[in-house]
Amino acid sequence: MTKAHPSDSLALDQLAIGTSAEISSIDWSLLAEGDANRLKHFGFDEGVAVTALHSGPFGRDPLAVRVGRMTVAIRRAHAAAVRVIPRAA
Amino acid sequence: MTSRPLIAVAGNPNAGKSALFNALTGARQKVGNYPGVTVERHVGKLGLPGAGEADIVDLPGAYALEAHSPDEEVTRSVLLGEGEYERLPDAIVIVLDASNLDNHLRFALQLIGLGLPTVVALNMMDLAKRDGLELDSARLSEELGVPVVETVAVRRRGLDDLKARLDEALASPREIRAGEGPEEDPLALQRHARRIALAAIVSETPVRRWTHRLDSIFLHPVWGLAILAVVLFTIFQAVFAWAAPPADWLEGLVIAMGDWVARTLPDGLFKSMIVDGLFAGVGAVVVFLPQILILFLFILVLESTGYMVRAAFLMDRIMSHAGLNGRAFIPLLSSFACAVPGIMATRTIDDPKDRLTTILIAPLMTCSARLPVYTLIIAAFIPDRPVGPGIGLQGLVLFGLYLAGIVGALVVATVLRRTVVKGGGSGFMMELPKYQMPQLADVLIGLWQRARIFLRRAGTIILATTVILWALASFPKAGPGESQVEASIAGKIAGGIEVVVAPIGFNRDISLALLPAMAAREVAVAAIGTVYALDAEEEEGLQTLEERLAGRWSLATALAFLAWFVFAPQCISTIAVTRRETNGWKWPLFMTGYLFAIAYAAAGITYWTAVAFGLG
Repeated sequence: MTKAHPSDSLALDQLAIGTSAEISSIDWSLLAEGDANRLKHFGFDEGVAVTALHSGPFGRDPLAVRVGRMTVAIRRAHAAAVRVIPRAA
Repeated sequence: MTSRPLIAVAGNPNAGKSALFNALTGARQKVGNYPGVTVERHVGKLGLPGAGEADIVDLPGAYALEAHSPDEEVTRSVLLGEGEYERLPDAIVIVLDASNLDNHLRFALQLIGLGLPTVVALNMMDLAKRDGLELDSARLSEELGVPVVETVAVRRRGLDDLKARLDEALASPREIRAGEGPEEDPLALQRHARRIALAAIVSETPVRRWTHRLDSIFLHPVWGLAILAVVLFTIFQAVFAWAAPPADWLEGLVIAMGDWVARTLPDGLFKSMIVDGLFAGVGAVVVFLPQILILFLFILVLESTGYMVRAAFLMDRIMSHAGLNGRAFIPLLSSFACAVPGIMATRTIDDPKDRLTTILIAPLMTCSARLPVYTLIIAAFIPDRPVGPGIGLQGLVLFGLYLAGIVGALVVATVLRRTVVKGGGSGFMMELPKYQMPQLADVLIGLWQRARIFLRRAGTIILATTVILWALASFPKAGPGESQVEASIAGKIAGGIEVVVAPIGFNRDISLALLPAMAAREVAVAAIGTVYALDAEEEEGLQTLEERLAGRWSLATALAFLAWFVFAPQCISTIAVTRRETNGWKWPLFMTGYLFAIAYAAAGITYWTAVAFGLG
């Protein structure tokens, strides 16, 4: 495994539904403190596996994301702070 | 104070904490509030083989000891022995979801760090197996340094083992290391938790998870919304149709008892109070118990299956247009049962302005207390005929009233977010728990608690207001040829109210019912029941309340009365809980004012439109 280049990564809200990825970095400064804490408590962290599962019926918002063993709903605006590297299928 | 040991049940939301608590205590539990906050406090009794009887308290679910909400604040202060809400527990049961160890262990590590005697319940072992997980609980116990018991709360598996371990824990000396756990960095703690989870997981076979398959249907952009619409419509039809036989039976029972009392007691004031006050008033309300229980049955089942959160997911975007977030959906849906628990449930909304807006519109959701009023008026004025397969006109009108409240709420929220509650608005973040079969015992315990609360209200507030109204409507005695109600004190007061409400089509009877209905909406029905019982003319003798109403009110007045009740803030409890939740009188007064204004306008528009169509 080579170290990931930033160019390999994309924002979590751009990850296609049904695909898995690994979190490469999270820009906590983009999030309000309460929101950031909630994401941490859901287990968002570098190196954790995520899968985009479902999106809402209107404007494809919010997103249902599997993070670790848990499924959580977050809005696209928050998902944009999370950079991920898609896993090769 | 008591010398019985206190055991606290703690853990993440969705770990099966309440199911375990119910399995341990059964019906031997009480629901109340923690003093000063509106967090529900569930406490029960648990018989232990060694230590004897112990008190056991179910703490609100939390993700961490750092509190972000009043719920988590209670959990934190109880566990740190800050003593405001509860004495320091003698032991903790930490409930973990076996299939979500990575996440739940973080909070567990914090709790173990407190140094209280601890037993870990590795719960939902069956679901973990279904997910293809094999766990080594002995290894987990070794890593954590506390006993670990495998449980399946809903099948009562592992409970005896858990009790035995609790006995041992209570007998062991405490070594409280206060302040150690909470200081840790959440990410470091999370990584520690993941390492332990990895060590405890023996093997993992990838399986297609049930929850994922169900979500593909329930969260589907088209099917998901269609299912949600069907679910909501089914609830409203069921409330009307299923409740009819038991309600008829209850009504028959109340009438039979009233008749028996009327024949047995000697004529006089006391008999009038019992028959015209008690049976006509309280009886008219108790009849609605089946409807209220059916509504709560649906809400409890939807909550325990995990579907409620999916509904929030589907509705989030729409609600965001009104300046709310998907989390508001659950408090608002609960408000269909009663605005008081609904407003209390807004505690899960982190953003203060989202929360305030949700509180202010919660009373617009049609609560179960309006059902008696709606049902009575609909039964009296709307013909019972089908308008389509399985759809009755009466059910459709009821659905329309619910819809009016929802549309009103969305409009009000949009306006509030642009005026008095400007700014803020964070996000929607929520765990989507696994789907589960609803547990009969948990649902029954929930229903039993709601039924008790309703009957206690009928026995206190409603009883008191009906008897007071009976007295006001009975004195002074009417002269010959005069109507009793017109001559009474209540009649004089109603005369004053009538001046204000006459322009919106309200008559003397309604004016009379509005005042006592401030205590609780369903009192309006009781009040009308009492007034007509006192005022019954000879030929009306044994008519039902519906028949009497249909003969006395115009359709326009009846419709205006319905429109009024969609909006009017006639519930002291709601106003009181709003004061408590917003810490002051400003918002409850604002809420009461704006709701009365809308109610007056809505009733007026309805009345004059109906009159214009010749229904006056």
